[in-house]
Amino acid sequence: MKIAIPADDKNIDSTVCQSFGRTPYFLTYDTGTETVEFIDNSAASSQGGAGIKAAQAIVDSKVSAILTPRCGQNAAEVLTAAGILIYKTESSSIKESLAAFKEKRLGLLQEIHAGFHGHGG
Amino acid sequence: MKQLLILSGKGGTGKTTVASAFIRLSEAKAYADCDVDAPNLHLITKHSKTPSRKDYYGMPKAEIDPDICINCGKCMENCRFDAIRVNERSHFVDAFGCEGCGVCEFVCPVNAVSLHPSVAGDLMLFKEGPVTFSTAQLKMGSGTTGMLVSQVKKQMKEASGDIELAIVDGSPGIGCPVIASLSGADMVLIVAEPSLSGISDMERIIKTARIFGVIIAVCVNKSDTNPDNANRIKDFCKLEGIPYAGSIPFDYMAVKAVNKGMSIADIDCPSGAAVKEVFNKTMLLLFAEGRHSQK
Amino acid sequence: MPGFTDMAVKNLKIAILSGKGGTGKTLLSVNLASAAIASVYVDCDVEEPNGHLFFKPQWNIEKEISVKIPQVDPQKCNGCKKCVEFCKFNALAYINEKLKIFDDVCHSCGGCLLVCPQDALSERKKAVGTLSVGDSEGVHVLSGMMQTGIASGIPIIKELLYQCGSYKDDRPIFIDCPPGSACIVMESIKDADYCLLAAEPTIFGRHNLEMVWSLVKLFKKPHSVVINKCVDQSDPTEEFCKKNGIKILDKIPFDVELGTLNSNGKIAARESKKYRDLFSSLLEKIYREVSHEAAVNSER
Repeated sequence: MKIAIPADDKNIDSTVCQSFGRTPYFLTYDTGTETVEFIDNSAASSQGGAGIKAAQAIVDSKVSAILTPRCGQNAAEVLTAAGILIYKTESSSIKESLAAFKEKRLGLLQEIHAGFHGHGG
Repeated sequence: MKQLLILSGKGGTGKTTVASAFIRLSEAKAYADCDVDAPNLHLITKHSKTPSRKDYYGMPKAEIDPDICINCGKCMENCRFDAIRVNERSHFVDAFGCEGCGVCEFVCPVNAVSLHPSVAGDLMLFKEGPVTFSTAQLKMGSGTTGMLVSQVKKQMKEASGDIELAIVDGSPGIGCPVIASLSGADMVLIVAEPSLSGISDMERIIKTARIFGVIIAVCVNKSDTNPDNANRIKDFCKLEGIPYAGSIPFDYMAVKAVNKGMSIADIDCPSGAAVKEVFNKTMLLLFAEGRHSQK
Repeated sequence: MPGFTDMAVKNLKIAILSGKGGTGKTLLSVNLASAAIASVYVDCDVEEPNGHLFFKPQWNIEKEISVKIPQVDPQKCNGCKKCVEFCKFNALAYINEKLKIFDDVCHSCGGCLLVCPQDALSERKKAVGTLSVGDSEGVHVLSGMMQTGIASGIPIIKELLYQCGSYKDDRPIFIDCPPGSACIVMESIKDADYCLLAAEPTIFGRHNLEMVWSLVKLFKKPHSVVINKCVDQSDPTEEFCKKNGIKILDKIPFDVELGTLNSNGKIAARESKKYRDLFSSLLEKIYREVSHEAAVNSER
């Protein structure tokens, strides 16, 4: 299966980006072939709705799961609608996070941080 | 890093006065002013060096080339923001009203319209040794304040590295700049004012902050200006299960200090003593469950 | 005092604004409106409206304000994603052959409807707030309130000001603006004939006055300043006004009685002669400024 993780640099030795929507890159990893690729995140410079745009790019790249420290409500809606699982990373190292995923040590992300959705109504 | 955000709902309750005192008391190595419309924190926190500046680009703005425009009026007909006008020569865009949606560019039959990047504000970063102060000034009449607020916080996080506490001075209201500042905050301290307006606004900001699931606490500033209302706020907090962080009396010495660019924690005065108590209670709440490894 | 039959002051729209919050916009708007024989009070601070707390009006009309949000006909949608690509706000996503619309990110520009080659998009209404109209003695009160969680109150302000335009009598209109100088303030002062800038005698007040002063100058609005909560200390705001030739129409001293009345939601001008006189005289000064302005303009 193919998984993705937000990356601060185009380098497997770099750190996990703290923001999903505005990460500069996504690193994709195929657990079967162990191939690593990078996607430029065009949503990083978006005026608004970055999470949605980034999530759309992830959906379009046929990824089955993402590993991220945080995820906003809008992005989570897109990913969940596409059936993509969202796992919570613990470490800031990409390599560590990938290893943790393979060894089934990562849990699903529970706290989705809010977007603008009118809960105040 | 734990992020403490100071909000109020109503303007003028004392966010910046409290935030600057907290910064002094905690010796926080990172702080930010997210009231990008009317930033004031820099007037109290002293910085000798000039900051590094960056243009902030909001939504692009449309421009109509008068030489190509055939005055068909399709742009004006389709603009939902009343941002297109006519003069003797051609149709033109009112940059203040333009939201950068691109509809006019799409409907123009002769390609007279194009979208251009537009500077909507000024980002500033002060970095002195281990201390990082991030702030910004929105150009008047601009929108996309939320995006600028996000950039102020991002700038602060990136420049400060691994530190324990960051303090963020928020903006009044409950709209997009406030929502943007709530994202990523671990705790919100609401500075309330004991007036009818203050109580009404406090309730609305609490409702807004609750959407984010952050720890919320309330303190009352200028509490002695209306003790009855101050007690109403205390009772409200008890009823709602919101921790009450204390009260700060109105203090002429505070006004004097702030006018001299000092925080109330810098001088010996009643409000200074009271804010120390509020600070201690706030820190206990913020660090109560121990540190998270992320954020 | 010139009545509102005086040509220059007929249906006069006075916007009260300040760069900084808590300087007394609502105090001034509410009391000036009460000091006039008959008036309209419009609360454009739709995020945190306060005027109604003072007037406690008898509400006659309550109207829901909504914006238009796209909705898709899945039968007509063929997944071309032209709408997703067009949207500058990233409010649309196409997943598993379904178009997903993010209401709260959408700016209601209508662009996606125009670009769709299949005519698969139409619009529906989404409530963003309410507009209430009522009366309190001689004051006609218009108040807008934005729902919590909504990003922008502009659609409500637009509707409030549109409603103002529908009054046929000549009463003056007092517009209580939101704090700051961002787009919502700009929207509130667009149609104003005169701007009254409320400022505080502190360094914060002076600093924020500068921004809002730039805004009224840019919009070429005649204006003056009222400094509120004055004490016997050096006043950085007064210095700023003097230095820049900005007219100070009045200086209201820091007054515990006024502050207490205000914090209890009382309209000072209705409570005592002392305050009725204070605000009547300020109102008279404003009318004089406006008449003078009108006379000067007609000579040009």
